Amino acid sequence: MSNTSSYRSARRTRWVIGMLGALVPVSMLLAVSAGSVPVDWAQVLETARTGVPSLDYTVVVELRLPRAASALVVGACLALAGVLMQVLLRNPLADPYVLGTSGGAAAMALMAILIGLPYQSVSIAASIGAMGSMMLVFVLARGQGDWSSTRLLLTGIVLASGWGALISFLLSISQSTQVFSMLFWLMGDFRGDGPGAARWLLLAGSLTFSLIMSRGLNLLAAGELKAESLGVHTLSLRLGIFLTAGLLTAAAVTLAGAIGFVGLVVPHMMRMIVGTDHRRLVLASVLLGGALLVLTEMLARTVLAPRQLPVGVITAFVGVPLFLYLLRRGSRSTDS
Amino acid sequence: MSALRTEGLEAGVGKVTACRDLNLVVKPGEVWSVLGRNGVGKSTLLLTLAGLKPLRGGQIQVEGTALGDLSRRERARRLSILFQNPDVIFPTTVFEAVMTGRHPWISGWKGTSANDTLLVREQLTRMGLAGFEARALPTLSGGERRRVDLAALAVQQTTVVLMDEPVNHLDLHYQVQLLQTLLEDWRQAGQAVIMVMHDINLAMRFSDRLLLLYGDGETCQGLVADVATEENLSRLYQHALHRYPAGGHSFFWPL
Repeated sequence: MSNTSSYRSARRTRWVIGMLGALVPVSMLLAVSAGSVPVDWAQVLETARTGVPSLDYTVVVELRLPRAASALVVGACLALAGVLMQVLLRNPLADPYVLGTSGGAAAMALMAILIGLPYQSVSIAASIGAMGSMMLVFVLARGQGDWSSTRLLLTGIVLASGWGALISFLLSISQSTQVFSMLFWLMGDFRGDGPGAARWLLLAGSLTFSLIMSRGLNLLAAGELKAESLGVHTLSLRLGIFLTAGLLTAAAVTLAGAIGFVGLVVPHMMRMIVGTDHRRLVLASVLLGGALLVLTEMLARTVLAPRQLPVGVITAFVGVPLFLYLLRRGSRSTDS
Repeated sequence: MSALRTEGLEAGVGKVTACRDLNLVVKPGEVWSVLGRNGVGKSTLLLTLAGLKPLRGGQIQVEGTALGDLSRRERARRLSILFQNPDVIFPTTVFEAVMTGRHPWISGWKGTSANDTLLVREQLTRMGLAGFEARALPTLSGGERRRVDLAALAVQQTTVVLMDEPVNHLDLHYQVQLLQTLLEDWRQAGQAVIMVMHDINLAMRFSDRLLLLYGDGETCQGLVADVATEENLSRLYQHALHRYPAGGHSFFWPL
Protein backbone atom coordinates (compact mmCIF):
# COMPACT_ATOMS: atom_id res chain seq x y z
CA MET A 1 0.00 0.00 0.00
CA SER A 2 1.16 3.51 -0.74
CA ASN A 3 2.45 4.79 2.53
CA THR A 4 5.36 6.60 0.98
CA SER A 5 4.30 10.24 1.31
CA SER A 6 3.66 10.17 5.05
CA TYR A 7 6.71 7.95 5.55
CA ARG A 8 8.94 10.33 3.67
CA SER A 9 7.72 13.38 5.57
CA ALA A 10 8.11 11.59 8.92
CA ARG A 11 11.69 10.74 8.05
CA ARG A 12 12.38 14.28 6.91
CA THR A 13 10.87 15.65 10.10
CA ARG A 14 13.03 13.41 12.24
CA TRP A 15 16.06 14.58 10.29
CA VAL A 16 15.12 18.27 10.71
CA ILE A 17 14.52 17.89 14.44
CA GLY A 18 17.81 16.01 14.77
CA MET A 19 19.62 18.83 12.99
CA LEU A 20 17.95 21.43 15.20
CA GLY A 21 18.90 19.39 18.26
CA ALA A 22 22.52 19.50 17.10
CA LEU A 23 22.29 23.20 16.30
CA VAL A 24 21.65 24.03 19.97
CA PRO A 25 25.05 22.86 21.34
CA VAL A 26 26.82 24.14 18.22
CA SER A 27 25.34 27.61 18.66
CA MET A 28 26.24 27.56 22.36
CA LEU A 29 29.81 26.61 21.53
CA LEU A 30 30.05 29.38 18.96
CA ALA A 31 28.58 31.90 21.38
CA VAL A 32 31.05 31.14 24.17
CA SER A 33 33.97 31.17 21.73
CA ALA A 34 33.17 34.47 20.03
CA GLY A 35 33.98 37.83 21.56
CA SER A 36 36.58 40.45 22.12
CA VAL A 37 38.87 38.03 23.95
CA PRO A 38 39.97 34.97 21.93
CA VAL A 39 39.58 31.79 23.93
CA ASP A 40 42.38 29.35 24.60
CA TRP A 41 40.40 26.12 25.09
CA ALA A 42 43.35 24.28 26.59
CA GLN A 43 43.36 26.84 29.41
CA VAL A 44 39.62 26.43 29.93
CA LEU A 45 39.89 22.65 30.18
CA GLU A 46 42.93 22.96 32.40
CA THR A 47 41.05 25.14 34.88
CA ALA A 48 38.03 22.85 34.76
CA ARG A 49 40.25 19.89 35.65
CA THR A 50 42.62 21.43 38.19
CA GLY A 51 40.66 24.37 39.57
CA VAL A 52 43.57 26.75 39.02
CA PRO A 53 41.90 30.02 37.96
CA SER A 54 42.52 31.38 34.46
CA LEU A 55 41.16 34.31 32.49
CA ASP A 56 39.95 32.10 29.65
CA TYR A 57 37.89 29.98 32.02
CA THR A 58 36.36 33.03 33.65
CA VAL A 59 35.44 34.57 30.31
CA VAL A 60 33.85 31.37 28.97
CA VAL A 61 32.17 29.90 32.02
CA GLU A 62 31.36 32.95 34.11
CA LEU A 63 30.74 35.63 31.49
CA ARG A 64 29.70 34.10 28.20
CA LEU A 65 28.02 30.84 29.23
CA PRO A 66 25.35 32.47 31.42
CA ARG A 67 24.51 34.88 28.62
CA ALA A 68 24.27 32.09 26.07
CA ALA A 69 22.16 29.99 28.44
CA SER A 70 19.87 32.98 29.06
CA ALA A 71 19.51 33.53 25.33
CA LEU A 72 18.72 29.84 24.85
CA VAL A 73 15.99 29.86 27.47
CA VAL A 74 14.50 33.17 26.34
CA GLY A 75 14.44 32.09 22.69
CA ALA A 76 12.83 28.76 23.55
CA CYS A 77 10.26 30.41 25.85
CA LEU A 78 9.30 33.04 23.28
CA ALA A 79 9.05 30.55 20.42
CA LEU A 80 6.84 28.26 22.49
CA ALA A 81 4.73 31.18 23.70
CA GLY A 82 4.29 32.18 20.05
CA VAL A 83 3.16 28.69 19.00
CA LEU A 84 0.69 28.54 21.89
CA MET A 85 -0.72 32.03 21.34
CA GLN A 86 -1.18 31.32 17.65
CA VAL A 87 -3.31 28.29 18.52
CA LEU A 88 -5.18 30.12 21.26
CA LEU A 89 -6.06 33.06 19.05
CA ARG A 90 -6.17 31.00 15.85
CA ASN A 91 -3.96 33.48 14.10
CA PRO A 92 -0.44 32.93 12.72
CA LEU A 93 0.37 36.59 13.43
CA ALA A 94 -0.09 36.24 17.18
CA ASP A 95 3.13 36.84 19.09
CA PRO A 96 3.80 38.02 22.65
CA TYR A 97 5.47 41.19 21.39
CA VAL A 98 2.97 42.12 18.67
CA LEU A 99 -0.05 41.67 20.92
CA GLY A 100 1.37 43.67 23.78
CA THR A 101 1.86 40.69 26.11
CA SER A 102 5.57 41.41 26.50
CA GLY A 103 4.78 45.10 26.94
CA GLY A 104 2.38 44.33 29.76
CA ALA A 105 4.95 42.14 31.45
CA ALA A 106 7.69 44.77 31.02
CA ALA A 107 5.52 47.64 32.29
CA MET A 108 4.45 45.72 35.39
CA ALA A 109 7.99 44.51 36.07
CA LEU A 110 9.27 48.07 35.74
CA MET A 111 6.59 49.33 38.06
CA ALA A 112 7.55 46.71 40.64
CA ILE A 113 11.19 47.75 40.39
CA LEU A 114 10.40 51.45 40.74
CA ILE A 115 8.12 50.91 43.71
CA GLY A 116 11.02 49.03 45.24
CA LEU A 117 9.41 45.63 45.60
CA PRO A 118 11.77 42.71 46.32
CA TYR A 119 13.38 40.84 43.44
CA GLN A 120 11.03 37.83 43.49
CA SER A 121 7.91 39.92 43.18
CA VAL A 122 9.21 41.43 39.93
CA SER A 123 8.58 38.06 38.22
CA ILE A 124 5.13 37.86 39.74
CA ALA A 125 4.35 41.39 38.60
CA ALA A 126 5.56 40.52 35.09
CA SER A 127 3.35 37.41 35.02
CA ILE A 128 0.36 39.45 36.08
CA GLY A 129 1.20 42.04 33.41
CA ALA A 130 1.51 39.37 30.69
CA MET A 131 -1.72 37.58 31.60
CA GLY A 132 -3.64 40.79 32.19
CA SER A 133 -2.58 42.04 28.80
CA MET A 134 -3.58 38.77 27.12
CA MET A 135 -6.89 38.87 28.96
CA LEU A 136 -7.55 42.35 27.58
CA VAL A 137 -6.83 41.16 24.04
CA PHE A 138 -9.23 38.28 24.66
CA VAL A 139 -12.07 40.36 25.95
CA LEU A 140 -11.69 43.26 23.55
CA ALA A 141 -10.86 41.42 20.34
CA ARG A 142 -13.47 38.71 20.54
CA GLY A 143 -16.04 39.65 17.94
CA GLN A 144 -19.04 37.57 17.00
CA GLY A 145 -18.01 33.94 16.89
CA ASP A 146 -14.39 33.41 15.99
CA TRP A 147 -11.43 35.76 16.18
CA SER A 148 -11.34 38.46 13.62
CA SER A 149 -7.76 38.99 12.55
CA THR A 150 -8.05 42.73 12.06
CA ARG A 151 -9.66 43.31 15.41
CA LEU A 152 -7.17 41.10 17.17
CA LEU A 153 -4.16 42.89 15.71
CA LEU A 154 -5.63 46.34 16.25
CA THR A 155 -6.37 45.54 19.86
CA GLY A 156 -2.88 44.16 20.34
CA ILE A 157 -1.20 47.13 18.69
CA VAL A 158 -3.20 49.64 20.72
CA LEU A 159 -2.38 47.75 23.91
CA ALA A 160 1.30 47.52 22.98
CA SER A 161 1.50 51.28 22.41
CA GLY A 162 -0.38 51.86 25.65
CA TRP A 163 2.16 49.76 27.53
CA GLY A 164 4.92 51.61 25.67
CA ALA A 165 3.53 54.93 26.90
CA LEU A 166 3.32 53.63 30.44
CA ILE A 167 6.92 52.43 30.22
CA SER A 168 8.07 55.86 28.92
CA PHE A 169 6.19 57.49 31.76
CA LEU A 170 7.78 55.23 34.35
CA LEU A 171 11.23 55.86 32.86
CA SER A 172 10.76 59.62 32.85
CA ILE A 173 9.78 59.77 36.50
CA SER A 174 12.59 57.47 37.62
CA GLN A 175 16.10 58.57 38.61
CA SER A 176 18.18 59.39 35.56
CA THR A 177 20.94 56.91 36.40
CA GLN A 178 18.51 54.00 36.20
CA VAL A 179 17.04 55.02 32.87
CA PHE A 180 19.80 53.90 30.56
CA SER A 181 20.13 50.40 31.99
CA MET A 182 16.36 50.00 32.04
CA LEU A 183 16.07 51.10 28.43
CA PHE A 184 18.76 48.63 27.48
CA TRP A 185 17.01 45.89 29.38
CA LEU A 186 13.73 46.66 27.66
CA MET A 187 15.27 46.25 24.24
CA GLY A 188 16.80 42.92 25.10
CA ASP A 189 19.77 42.57 27.33
CA PHE A 190 21.45 39.42 28.56
CA ARG A 191 23.80 40.67 31.24
CA GLY A 192 23.29 38.76 34.45
CA ASP A 193 23.72 35.41 36.11
CA GLY A 194 22.00 33.18 33.59
CA PRO A 195 18.44 31.92 33.42
CA GLY A 196 18.17 30.32 36.86
CA ALA A 197 16.57 27.01 37.80
CA ALA A 198 12.99 28.31 37.93
CA ARG A 199 13.04 29.32 34.28
CA TRP A 200 14.56 26.02 33.17
CA LEU A 201 11.82 24.24 35.10
CA LEU A 202 9.10 26.42 33.61
CA LEU A 203 10.44 25.78 30.12
CA ALA A 204 10.65 22.02 30.69
CA GLY A 205 7.15 21.93 32.19
CA SER A 206 5.64 24.01 29.41
CA LEU A 207 7.31 21.91 26.75
CA THR A 208 5.99 18.71 28.35
CA PHE A 209 2.49 20.17 28.61
CA SER A 210 2.56 21.25 24.96
CA LEU A 211 3.82 17.89 23.75
CA ILE A 212 1.22 15.95 25.73
CA MET A 213 -1.51 18.27 24.48
CA SER A 214 -0.18 18.42 20.93
CA ARG A 215 -3.08 16.54 19.34
CA GLY A 216 -5.48 18.78 21.22
CA LEU A 217 -3.54 21.79 19.91
CA ASN A 218 -3.98 20.48 16.37
CA LEU A 219 -7.73 20.24 16.84
CA LEU A 220 -8.00 23.62 18.53
CA ALA A 221 -6.09 25.14 15.61
CA ALA A 222 -8.71 23.64 13.30
CA GLY A 223 -11.51 25.37 15.23
CA GLU A 224 -12.88 25.56 18.73
CA LEU A 225 -16.26 23.99 17.95
CA LYS A 226 -14.63 21.32 15.85
CA ALA A 227 -12.25 20.45 18.69
CA GLU A 228 -15.14 20.33 21.14
CA SER A 229 -17.12 18.07 18.80
CA LEU A 230 -14.15 15.70 18.61
CA GLY A 231 -14.03 15.33 22.37
CA VAL A 232 -11.52 18.00 23.44
CA HIS A 233 -12.29 19.87 26.66
CA THR A 234 -11.59 23.18 24.92
CA LEU A 235 -12.23 25.43 27.90
CA SER A 236 -9.61 23.79 30.11
CA LEU A 237 -7.16 23.34 27.24
CA ARG A 238 -7.45 27.02 26.32
CA LEU A 239 -7.02 28.01 29.94
CA GLY A 240 -3.90 25.84 30.15
CA ILE A 241 -2.49 27.42 26.99
CA PHE A 242 -3.30 30.89 28.29
CA LEU A 243 -1.52 30.36 31.60
CA THR A 244 1.47 28.66 29.99
CA ALA A 245 1.93 31.34 27.33
CA GLY A 246 1.60 34.08 29.95
CA LEU A 247 4.20 32.51 32.25
CA LEU A 248 6.61 31.85 29.37
CA THR A 249 6.35 35.47 28.24
CA ALA A 250 6.88 36.76 31.76
CA ALA A 251 9.90 34.48 32.22
CA ALA A 252 11.46 35.77 29.01
CA VAL A 253 10.72 39.44 29.70
CA THR A 254 12.02 39.47 33.26
CA LEU A 255 15.23 37.84 32.09
CA ALA A 256 15.99 39.84 28.99
CA GLY A 257 13.40 42.53 28.39
CA ALA A 258 10.97 42.62 25.53
CA ILE A 259 12.56 40.86 22.58
CA GLY A 260 10.20 40.94 19.65
CA PHE A 261 9.18 38.67 16.85
CA VAL A 262 10.91 35.43 17.95
CA GLY A 263 7.45 33.99 18.66
CA LEU A 264 6.36 35.03 15.19
CA VAL A 265 9.36 34.19 13.03
CA VAL A 266 10.29 30.81 14.48
CA PRO A 267 6.90 29.04 14.35
CA HIS A 268 6.36 30.46 10.86
CA MET A 269 9.66 29.03 9.60
CA MET A 270 9.03 25.71 11.27
CA ARG A 271 5.52 25.41 9.83
CA MET A 272 7.05 25.69 6.37
CA ILE A 273 9.61 22.98 7.13
CA VAL A 274 7.97 20.42 9.45
CA GLY A 275 4.32 21.30 8.84
CA THR A 276 1.48 22.33 11.12
CA ASP A 277 1.27 19.17 13.24
CA HIS A 278 2.02 20.33 16.78
CA ARG A 279 3.55 16.99 17.67
CA ARG A 280 6.54 18.20 15.62
CA LEU A 281 6.00 21.95 15.50
CA VAL A 282 6.30 22.45 19.27
CA LEU A 283 9.66 20.71 19.66
CA ALA A 284 11.10 22.09 16.43
CA SER A 285 10.13 25.66 17.39
CA VAL A 286 11.60 25.39 20.88
CA LEU A 287 14.93 24.12 19.51
CA LEU A 288 15.14 26.70 16.72
CA GLY A 289 13.99 29.54 18.97
CA GLY A 290 16.70 28.72 21.50
CA ALA A 291 19.50 28.30 18.97
CA LEU A 292 18.47 31.36 17.00
CA LEU A 293 18.52 33.65 19.99
CA VAL A 294 21.89 32.30 21.14
CA LEU A 295 23.31 33.21 17.73
CA THR A 296 21.52 36.57 17.70
CA GLU A 297 22.95 37.39 21.10
CA MET A 298 26.39 36.49 19.81
CA LEU A 299 25.92 38.77 16.80
CA ALA A 300 24.72 41.58 19.04
CA ARG A 301 27.98 41.38 20.97
CA THR A 302 30.37 41.01 18.05
CA VAL A 303 29.07 42.82 14.95
CA LEU A 304 29.91 46.32 16.15
CA ALA A 305 32.32 45.28 18.92
CA PRO A 306 33.19 46.72 21.35
CA ARG A 307 29.72 48.23 21.03
CA GLN A 308 26.85 45.92 22.09
CA LEU A 309 23.58 46.06 20.27
CA PRO A 310 20.32 45.29 22.06
CA VAL A 311 19.19 41.83 20.91
CA GLY A 312 15.65 43.10 20.39
CA VAL A 313 16.91 45.45 17.69
CA ILE A 314 18.29 42.57 15.64
CA THR A 315 15.18 40.40 16.03
CA ALA A 316 13.03 43.38 15.01
CA PHE A 317 15.12 43.92 11.87
CA VAL A 318 14.22 40.38 10.81
CA GLY A 319 10.74 40.22 12.30
CA VAL A 320 9.18 43.43 11.05
CA PRO A 321 9.55 42.71 7.31
CA LEU A 322 8.36 39.14 7.82
CA PHE A 323 5.34 40.29 9.81
CA LEU A 324 4.39 42.79 7.11
CA TYR A 325 4.80 40.15 4.44
CA LEU A 326 2.59 37.70 6.35
CA LEU A 327 0.00 40.38 7.01
CA ARG A 328 -0.17 41.22 3.34
CA ARG A 329 -0.40 37.60 2.27
CA GLY A 330 -2.96 36.85 4.96
CA SER A 331 -5.20 39.75 3.99
CA ARG A 332 -5.05 38.73 0.36
CA SER A 333 -6.20 35.19 1.08
CA THR A 334 -9.10 36.33 3.27
CA ASP A 335 -10.17 39.07 0.85
CA SER A 336 -10.51 36.73 -2.09
CA MET B 1 -33.38 1.23 20.01
CA SER B 2 -33.29 4.71 18.56
CA ALA B 3 -29.97 6.21 17.49
CA LEU B 4 -31.08 9.66 18.57
CA ARG B 5 -34.16 10.68 20.46
CA THR B 6 -35.40 14.00 21.72
CA GLU B 7 -38.19 14.61 24.21
CA GLY B 8 -39.81 17.99 24.50
CA LEU B 9 -36.71 19.62 23.05
CA GLU B 10 -36.54 23.37 22.89
CA ALA B 11 -33.57 24.80 21.04
CA GLY B 12 -32.73 28.32 20.00
CA VAL B 13 -30.31 31.19 20.18
CA GLY B 14 -31.06 34.76 21.17
CA LYS B 15 -34.55 35.63 20.02
CA VAL B 16 -34.69 32.73 17.58
CA THR B 17 -36.51 29.60 18.67
CA ALA B 18 -35.69 26.76 16.30
CA CYS B 19 -38.07 24.23 17.83
CA ARG B 20 -40.37 23.89 20.78
CA ASP B 21 -41.49 20.62 22.34
CA LEU B 22 -39.80 18.60 19.61
CA ASN B 23 -40.07 14.82 19.91
CA LEU B 24 -37.82 13.07 17.44
CA VAL B 25 -37.06 9.40 17.12
CA VAL B 26 -34.27 8.80 14.65
CA LYS B 27 -33.65 5.11 14.00
CA PRO B 28 -30.34 3.57 12.93
CA GLY B 29 -29.96 3.66 9.16
CA GLU B 30 -32.43 6.51 8.72
CA VAL B 31 -31.68 9.72 6.84
CA TRP B 32 -33.40 12.91 7.91
CA SER B 33 -33.30 16.30 6.28
CA VAL B 34 -33.98 19.54 8.11
CA LEU B 35 -35.55 22.25 5.95
CA GLY B 36 -36.43 25.85 6.71
CA ARG B 37 -35.89 29.46 5.72
CA ASN B 38 -32.69 31.34 6.47
CA GLY B 39 -32.35 32.24 10.11
CA VAL B 40 -35.00 29.91 11.56
CA GLY B 41 -32.33 28.12 13.57
CA LYS B 42 -31.47 25.04 11.52
CA SER B 43 -27.78 25.24 12.41
CA THR B 44 -28.63 26.06 16.02
CA LEU B 45 -30.77 22.92 16.23
CA LEU B 46 -27.94 20.86 14.77
CA LEU B 47 -25.40 22.30 17.24
CA THR B 48 -27.82 21.61 20.09
CA LEU B 49 -28.27 18.01 18.98
CA ALA B 50 -24.46 17.74 18.87
CA GLY B 51 -24.24 18.88 22.49
CA LEU B 52 -22.32 22.00 21.50
CA LYS B 53 -25.04 24.46 22.51
CA PRO B 54 -26.99 24.28 25.75
CA LEU B 55 -30.57 23.15 25.23
CA ARG B 56 -33.35 25.34 26.49
CA GLY B 57 -35.60 22.53 27.55
CA GLY B 58 -36.36 18.83 27.20
CA GLN B 59 -33.69 16.22 26.61
CA ILE B 60 -31.62 14.47 24.01
CA GLN B 61 -30.62 10.82 24.09
CA VAL B 62 -28.00 9.10 22.00
CA GLU B 63 -28.44 5.34 21.89
CA GLY B 64 -30.55 5.54 25.02
CA THR B 65 -28.09 7.62 27.08
CA ALA B 66 -28.76 11.26 27.87
CA LEU B 67 -26.32 13.41 25.89
CA GLY B 68 -25.27 15.27 29.03
CA ASP B 69 -24.29 12.01 30.78
CA LEU B 70 -21.73 11.11 28.14
CA SER B 71 -18.13 12.18 28.53
CA ARG B 72 -16.82 14.33 25.70
CA ARG B 73 -14.89 11.43 24.29
CA GLU B 74 -17.80 8.98 24.45
CA ARG B 75 -19.98 11.59 22.83
CA ALA B 76 -17.46 12.08 20.03
CA ARG B 77 -17.44 8.32 19.43
CA ARG B 78 -21.21 8.23 18.99
CA LEU B 79 -21.99 11.53 17.40
CA SER B 80 -20.18 13.53 14.73
CA ILE B 81 -20.95 16.85 13.09
CA LEU B 82 -20.02 18.54 9.84
CA PHE B 83 -19.97 22.32 10.21
CA GLN B 84 -21.31 24.68 7.63
CA ASN B 85 -18.28 26.69 6.70
CA PRO B 86 -15.15 25.78 8.62
CA ASP B 87 -12.44 28.40 8.20
CA VAL B 88 -8.93 27.32 7.43
CA ILE B 89 -6.12 29.28 9.04
CA PHE B 90 -3.06 27.07 9.22
CA PRO B 91 -1.70 25.15 6.21
CA THR B 92 -2.66 21.71 7.55
CA THR B 93 -2.28 18.86 5.08
CA VAL B 94 -5.27 16.95 3.71
CA PHE B 95 -4.07 13.77 5.40
CA GLU B 96 -3.78 15.46 8.81
CA ALA B 97 -7.16 17.15 8.41
CA VAL B 98 -8.93 13.85 7.69
CA MET B 99 -7.03 12.13 10.49
CA THR B 100 -8.59 14.56 13.00
CA GLY B 101 -11.77 12.51 12.61
CA ARG B 102 -10.01 9.58 14.27
CA HIS B 103 -9.19 11.62 17.38
CA PRO B 104 -11.92 10.20 19.63
CA TRP B 105 -10.72 6.68 18.85
CA ILE B 106 -7.01 7.24 19.45
CA SER B 107 -6.05 6.64 23.06
CA GLY B 108 -3.99 9.30 24.79
CA TRP B 109 -0.52 7.85 24.59
CA LYS B 110 -0.65 5.76 21.46
CA GLY B 111 -0.24 7.43 18.14
CA THR B 112 -2.31 6.72 15.08
CA SER B 113 -2.43 3.06 14.10
CA ALA B 114 -2.12 1.39 10.70
CA ASN B 115 -5.87 0.92 10.81
CA ASP B 116 -6.42 4.67 11.23
CA THR B 117 -4.18 5.35 8.24
CA LEU B 118 -6.03 2.74 6.20
CA LEU B 119 -9.41 4.26 7.02
CA VAL B 120 -8.19 7.74 6.12
CA ARG B 121 -6.80 6.60 2.78
CA GLU B 122 -9.94 4.65 1.99
CA GLN B 123 -12.14 7.71 2.52
CA LEU B 124 -9.77 9.99 0.62
CA THR B 125 -10.02 7.67 -2.37
CA ARG B 126 -13.77 7.53 -2.00
CA MET B 127 -13.96 11.34 -2.04
CA GLY B 128 -11.83 11.56 -5.15
CA LEU B 129 -8.90 12.93 -3.15
CA ALA B 130 -6.35 10.17 -3.62
CA GLY B 131 -2.96 11.79 -4.18
CA PHE B 132 -4.02 14.92 -2.28
CA GLU B 133 -2.59 13.66 1.05
CA ALA B 134 0.28 16.13 1.29
CA ARG B 135 -1.59 19.14 -0.13
CA ALA B 136 -2.17 22.05 2.26
CA LEU B 137 -5.81 22.97 2.89
CA PRO B 138 -5.48 26.63 1.84
CA THR B 139 -4.45 25.50 -1.64
CA LEU B 140 -7.68 23.56 -2.18
CA SER B 141 -10.86 24.80 -3.82
CA GLY B 142 -14.04 25.14 -1.77
CA GLY B 143 -15.42 21.89 -3.15
CA GLU B 144 -12.20 20.00 -2.44
CA ARG B 145 -12.19 21.29 1.14
CA ARG B 146 -15.79 20.15 1.55
CA ARG B 147 -14.76 16.68 0.46
CA VAL B 148 -11.93 16.74 3.01
CA ASP B 149 -14.47 17.64 5.71
CA LEU B 150 -16.75 14.82 4.58
CA ALA B 151 -13.87 12.33 4.63
CA ALA B 152 -12.99 13.41 8.20
CA LEU B 153 -16.62 12.90 9.16
CA ALA B 154 -16.68 9.45 7.60
CA VAL B 155 -13.59 8.20 9.47
CA GLN B 156 -15.11 9.24 12.79
CA GLN B 157 -17.56 6.32 12.41
CA THR B 158 -20.30 7.48 14.74
CA THR B 159 -23.84 6.16 15.22
CA VAL B 160 -25.28 9.61 14.64
CA VAL B 161 -23.99 11.85 11.86
CA LEU B 162 -25.07 15.50 11.78
CA MET B 163 -24.33 17.58 8.70
CA ASP B 164 -24.89 21.27 8.07
CA GLU B 165 -25.33 21.73 4.33
CA PRO B 166 -23.08 18.83 3.35
CA VAL B 167 -23.08 19.60 -0.37
CA ASN B 168 -22.23 23.27 0.01
CA HIS B 169 -19.64 24.30 -2.62
CA LEU B 170 -19.86 20.96 -4.41
CA ASP B 171 -20.45 20.52 -8.13
CA LEU B 172 -23.68 18.86 -9.19
CA HIS B 173 -21.80 15.68 -9.97
CA TYR B 174 -20.28 15.47 -6.49
CA GLN B 175 -23.53 16.54 -4.81
CA VAL B 176 -25.32 13.51 -6.15
CA GLN B 177 -22.46 11.07 -6.20
CA LEU B 178 -21.10 11.77 -2.70
CA LEU B 179 -24.51 11.87 -1.05
CA GLN B 180 -25.32 8.60 -2.75
CA THR B 181 -22.17 6.74 -1.71
CA LEU B 182 -21.87 8.24 1.78
CA LEU B 183 -25.50 7.82 2.70
CA GLU B 184 -25.53 4.28 1.33
CA ASP B 185 -22.46 3.42 3.44
CA TRP B 186 -23.99 4.91 6.53
CA ARG B 187 -27.39 3.31 5.95
CA GLN B 188 -25.77 -0.10 5.67
CA ALA B 189 -23.64 0.47 8.76
CA GLY B 190 -26.78 1.42 10.67
CA GLN B 191 -25.64 5.02 11.16
CA ALA B 192 -28.36 7.66 11.44
CA VAL B 193 -27.99 10.90 9.50
CA ILE B 194 -29.58 14.27 10.15
CA MET B 195 -28.64 16.93 7.63
CA VAL B 196 -29.59 20.54 7.08
CA MET B 197 -30.39 20.98 3.39
CA HIS B 198 -31.06 23.96 1.17
CA ASP B 199 -32.16 22.08 -1.90
CA ILE B 200 -35.64 20.58 -1.35
CA ASN B 201 -35.38 18.21 -4.27
CA LEU B 202 -31.99 16.87 -3.24
CA ALA B 203 -33.30 16.45 0.31
CA MET B 204 -36.37 14.55 -0.90
CA ARG B 205 -34.31 12.33 -3.12
CA PHE B 206 -31.92 11.20 -0.40
CA SER B 207 -33.96 11.31 2.81
CA ASP B 208 -36.42 8.98 4.49
CA ARG B 209 -37.91 11.67 6.65
CA LEU B 210 -38.11 15.43 6.77
CA LEU B 211 -38.17 17.88 9.64
CA LEU B 212 -39.57 21.27 8.71
CA LEU B 213 -38.76 24.30 10.86
CA TYR B 214 -41.42 26.94 10.26
CA GLY B 215 -39.88 29.50 12.59
CA ASP B 216 -41.02 30.52 16.05
CA GLY B 217 -40.49 26.98 17.21
CA GLU B 218 -43.18 25.35 15.13
CA THR B 219 -42.16 22.12 13.43
CA CYS B 220 -43.55 19.38 11.24
CA GLN B 221 -42.02 15.97 10.71
CA GLY B 222 -42.68 12.69 8.98
CA LEU B 223 -42.02 10.53 5.94
CA VAL B 224 -41.00 12.48 2.87
CA ALA B 225 -44.16 11.50 0.98
CA ASP B 226 -46.39 12.71 3.81
CA VAL B 227 -44.62 15.94 4.68
CA ALA B 228 -43.48 17.21 1.28
CA THR B 229 -46.76 18.74 0.12
CA GLU B 230 -47.27 21.96 -1.81
CA GLU B 231 -49.10 23.40 1.15
CA ASN B 232 -46.40 22.60 3.73
CA LEU B 233 -43.45 23.68 1.62
CA SER B 234 -45.11 26.85 0.37
CA ARG B 235 -45.72 27.78 3.97
CA LEU B 236 -42.19 26.78 4.94
CA TYR B 237 -40.49 29.05 2.42
CA GLN B 238 -43.28 31.66 2.34
CA HIS B 239 -43.27 31.32 -1.39
CA ALA B 240 -45.64 29.36 -3.61
CA LEU B 241 -44.18 26.07 -4.78
CA HIS B 242 -45.62 23.70 -7.33
CA ARG B 243 -45.17 19.96 -7.35
CA TYR B 244 -44.32 18.28 -10.61
CA PRO B 245 -44.47 14.52 -10.97
CA ALA B 246 -41.40 13.01 -12.60
CA GLY B 247 -41.41 9.27 -13.08
CA GLY B 248 -41.84 7.63 -9.69
CA HIS B 249 -40.60 10.82 -7.98
CA SER B 250 -41.78 14.37 -7.95
CA PHE B 251 -40.02 17.64 -7.62
CA PHE B 252 -40.88 21.11 -6.43
CA TRP B 253 -40.41 24.29 -8.37
CA PRO B 254 -41.04 27.83 -7.15
CA LEU B 255 -43.83 29.65 -8.98
